[in-house]
Amino acid sequence: MSLKSLCRILTFLVAIAGCAFPAAANELTLLNVSYDPTRELYQDYNTAFAKYWQAKTHDTVSIRQSHGGSGKQARAVIDGLEADVVTLALAYDIDAISEKAGLLPTNWQSRLPKNSAPYTSTIVFLVRKGNPKAIKDWDDLVKPGIAVITPNPKTSGGARWNYLAAWGYALKKYGNDETKAKAFVARLYKNVPVLDSGARGATTTFVERGIGDVLLAWENEAFLAVKELGPEKVEIVVPSLSILAEPPVTIVDKVVDKHRTRDVAQAYLNYLYSPEGQEIAARHYYRPRLESVAAKYAKTFPKVNLFTIDELFGGWQKAQKTHFEDGGVFDQIYLPK
Amino acid sequence: MADRVHNEPAAVRWALIATALLFVGLLLFVPLAAVFTEALSKGLSAYVSALTEPDALSAIRLTLLTAGIAVPLNLLFGLAAAWAIAKFEFTGKQILITLIDLPFAVSPVISGLIYVLLFGLQGWLGPWLAAHDIKLLFAVPGLVLATIFVTVPFVARELIPLMQEQGTEEEEAAMVLGASGFQTFRRVTLPNIKWGLLYGVILCNARAMGEFGAVSVVSGHIRGLTNTLPLHVEILYNEYDFAAAFAVASLLALLALLTLVLKSVVEWKALQQRESATRTAGEGPLP
Amino acid sequence: MIVRPRSILPGFGLAMGFTLLYLSLIVLIPLSCIFLKSATLTWSQFWNTVTAPRVLASYRLTFGASLISASINALFGLLVAWVLVRYRFPGRRLVDAVVDLPFALPTAVAGIALTAVYSAHGWIGQYLEPLGIKVAFTPFGVVVALTFIGLPFVVRTVQPVLEDVEAELEEAAASLGATWWQTVTRVILPTLWPALLTGFSLAFARAVGEYGSVIFIAGNRPMVSEITPLLIMTKLEQYDYAGATAIAVVMLVASFVLLLLINLLQYWSRKSYGLDDTAELLDG
Repeated sequence: MSLKSLCRILTFLVAIAGCAFPAAANELTLLNVSYDPTRELYQDYNTAFAKYWQAKTHDTVSIRQSHGGSGKQARAVIDGLEADVVTLALAYDIDAISEKAGLLPTNWQSRLPKNSAPYTSTIVFLVRKGNPKAIKDWDDLVKPGIAVITPNPKTSGGARWNYLAAWGYALKKYGNDETKAKAFVARLYKNVPVLDSGARGATTTFVERGIGDVLLAWENEAFLAVKELGPEKVEIVVPSLSILAEPPVTIVDKVVDKHRTRDVAQAYLNYLYSPEGQEIAARHYYRPRLESVAAKYAKTFPKVNLFTIDELFGGWQKAQKTHFEDGGVFDQIYLPK
Repeated sequence: MADRVHNEPAAVRWALIATALLFVGLLLFVPLAAVFTEALSKGLSAYVSALTEPDALSAIRLTLLTAGIAVPLNLLFGLAAAWAIAKFEFTGKQILITLIDLPFAVSPVISGLIYVLLFGLQGWLGPWLAAHDIKLLFAVPGLVLATIFVTVPFVARELIPLMQEQGTEEEEAAMVLGASGFQTFRRVTLPNIKWGLLYGVILCNARAMGEFGAVSVVSGHIRGLTNTLPLHVEILYNEYDFAAAFAVASLLALLALLTLVLKSVVEWKALQQRESATRTAGEGPLP
Repeated sequence: MIVRPRSILPGFGLAMGFTLLYLSLIVLIPLSCIFLKSATLTWSQFWNTVTAPRVLASYRLTFGASLISASINALFGLLVAWVLVRYRFPGRRLVDAVVDLPFALPTAVAGIALTAVYSAHGWIGQYLEPLGIKVAFTPFGVVVALTFIGLPFVVRTVQPVLEDVEAELEEAAASLGATWWQTVTRVILPTLWPALLTGFSLAFARAVGEYGSVIFIAGNRPMVSEITPLLIMTKLEQYDYAGATAIAVVMLVASFVLLLLINLLQYWSRKSYGLDDTAELLDG
C-alpha cells in the first residue's frame, strides 16, 4: 500500500464524510425530541404539519424525530442535543432541562394552553384476552400470585405516572393515609418481576415475551398494543380511578434562537391544538383537549374518574422529591432497609 | 498434527465430541439461526422492505461511514505503535502496551460516558463547542469518536507481537543495502505483516460496525441521522417490529459470518506464509 | 524516560510521537475525565455512592455472573478446544470457524437473539419453562449471555497451546505405563494451566463490562437483575453525573487490575512454556 494510494483513500473518505453533513438548503429543519410512545403520533403529525406549513408559507420544513425514555431524552438535551422542541412525558423532565441547562425559562408551562399539554392520557391495565386472572381494579394488582409489569419509575416517565396512579388510588381507598398507601404500593411492586427502563420495553415484555398477567400502561400505548399486536391477544381493563397524565410540549428557547426556527417551532406546537392536530392525536389514542374533537371520539375513550397530580401530590416537583429521588419513597419500598 | 496420539478410548472420545457439539450448538448455532428465522418470519418482501426503508438505509450509510473512518485511523495507529514498540528498545514499553490495551478493559457504557463528560453541554469542552457551533456529541463525529475509542487496540494487538517476533534483521539489512525508511517499510515490513494486518483490520471492522453500548450513549437517537445499524435494531425492536429488527440484525449477522470467513482465509494464508518461511529459512532474506 | 534508541532504523520519533498523541487524545484524556469528574465528590460522598445497597447488588450480579460464566467457559472452552485439536469428526472446521462468532457478532444482535431463544416461547426456553427453569429476565439469563460472549477467549487461548503439546510426551507417558486418564491429567492438563487461566481472565474481564448483549435478556430489576453498566446509565438519566462517574471509576479500577493480571499471566505463560506462537496466544 503506497503512500499515494493511502492519500487517495483518505481523500475519498473525507468526501464521503462531507456527504454526511448535508449543506443547509433553504428548507427548515426542526428536531423534536420526544418520549417513547409518541413515535406513531409524530410520524403522522409531522407529515400533516409539513403540508400545512408549505401551504401557508411556501417553505418546506422537515422534522427530525428522536425517541427514548423521557428522562433519558431530557438528559440528552441537557448534554447538548439541540432540540428545537421537546415533547416529553412529564413536566418534571422539562423542568430539569430548564433548571440544569437553562435552555428555557422556568415559566415555560404557562406559555401554552392547558399547562402546555395539548393532549392527555391516563393509566389503564392491559390484560390477556379473556382476562383469565379477572383483574378489574387496582386491588387485584396486589393479590399474591399476580405478576404486574411496569417500568422503572426512576428512568421512565410513564412508570412514574403508573406509580402515582396506584398511590392515588390507595390514598382514596385508605382515606388519605400515607402509611397505608405506601404499604399498598409496596405490595404492588413486590408483584413486579421485570423492571424495564422504558414504557415500550415494558409493553414488549408483556405482549411479545408473554411475561406477567397485567401491564400498567399509558392508555394510548394500550390501544396501540391491541391494534398492532392483536385484539385476540390482549384487552384493556379500565380501573375505577386513575391519574390524568398531561404530557407537555414546549420550544427550547436557546436552541430555536440559535437555529432561528422560533416561528416555525412555535407554529409546530400551536398546530397541535388545532382541530387537525387534535384529530391526529385522537386517532392515536391520545385524549384530545378540543371539545369538538373530544365529542367526536367520545366512544373511543372510556369514562374513568381522573385526579390530577396537583390535586393529590402538590405538583411534580413535590412528587419527584418525595417519591423518586434517591432515598425517596420508591427506593424505600423497593430496596431493602 | 495429523497423526495425533489418542490414548483415550473411543467411547470417551465420542462422548466428549458430543458434549462439545451440544454446547456449541445450543450456545452459538441456535441464536444465530434464530436471527434468520425471525427475520424471515413475515416473508421475504417484508424482509426486503425492512432493509430498504429510508431509516434503515441511512443507518447502513452511517455504519459504513463510521467504520470507514475508525478503521483506517486505527490501522495507522496500529502500524505506528507496532513500529515503535517492535523495532526499537526503550523503557516503558510494557506500560505503553498496557495503555494501548486500555479500551479493551473499559465497558462500552463508560466509553460513551467519557465523551459526554468531555463534550457535553455540562462537560469540560461543551460550552466552548456550543459557542462555536461545533456539534460533536449527538452528531456523527461523536459516534465516530466513540467507535474509534472502542476499537483502538485491535490492529495494534495483532501487529505488536507479530512484528516483535519478526525482529529487526530484515529491515536493518535493507537499510544497510541503501533503502530509505519508507522503502524499507513498504517492501520489507509490510509484506511480512500483511496477514496479521489484514486480520486485525477485519476484527477491528467487525467491532466498529457492531458497536452498541458506547454509541448508544452518544447518539441522540435522531432517526435517519444518528442511528447506526445496531441502534436501528434496538429502535425497531422497541417498536414491536420484531421481524424488521431481526431483518436488520440479520444483515449484521451476515457481516459477522463474512468476518469469520475472511478470518479463516487470512489465518490459512498466514499459516502458509509461516510454513514457507521456515522452509526457506537459511536460504537468505526474503525478496 | 523514553530513551532515544541507537538504531539505524528511522521513524522512531514519528511513530512514537503519533502513537502517544493519538493515545492521549482518544484514550487517555477522555478517560481522565471520569476520574476528574468523580473527584468533585468528597470522599465520603464517593464512598456512599459506590457502596449503596443497589450498587452493591449490581456488583454482585456483574462480577458474580461474570465469574460463573468465565468458569463455565473455562470448562467447556477447554472441552471444545480439546475436541477441535485432538479429534477428527464431520463438521470440525465449521465448528472451529463458528467459535469466533461471539467475537464478530454485534452485541445488540446477540442480545435480541439470545432473548428470543431463551424466553418462555423461545426455541430453547419453551423446553426449560415446564422444568421451572427461567432463563430470560433472570440472573441466569445474564450468565447465558456472558457465557456466549466469553467462549472464544478461552478456546482461542487454549487451542494453540494444545496444538503444541508434543506427541512424544504422550507417547513417552504411554510407554511408561500411564493410562489415558493419567496422561491427560498429569501430562497434558498441567501444560494448559497458564493458557486456561489467561483465557478465563480474558473472558471474565470482557464479561464484566458487557452491556449490549445483556440488557435485552436481563430483567433489569434493581437489587436482583441489574448489571452495573446499566446502573451507570440509570444514574446518568437521573442527572446524577457524579454518581455515575463514581461507579464508573470503581469499574475502571477493577478492569485495569484485571488487565494487569492478564498481561502478567500472558508474560508468565510465555516465559514458563517457551511458546513460539505468541501472536496466537495474545489473540482476542
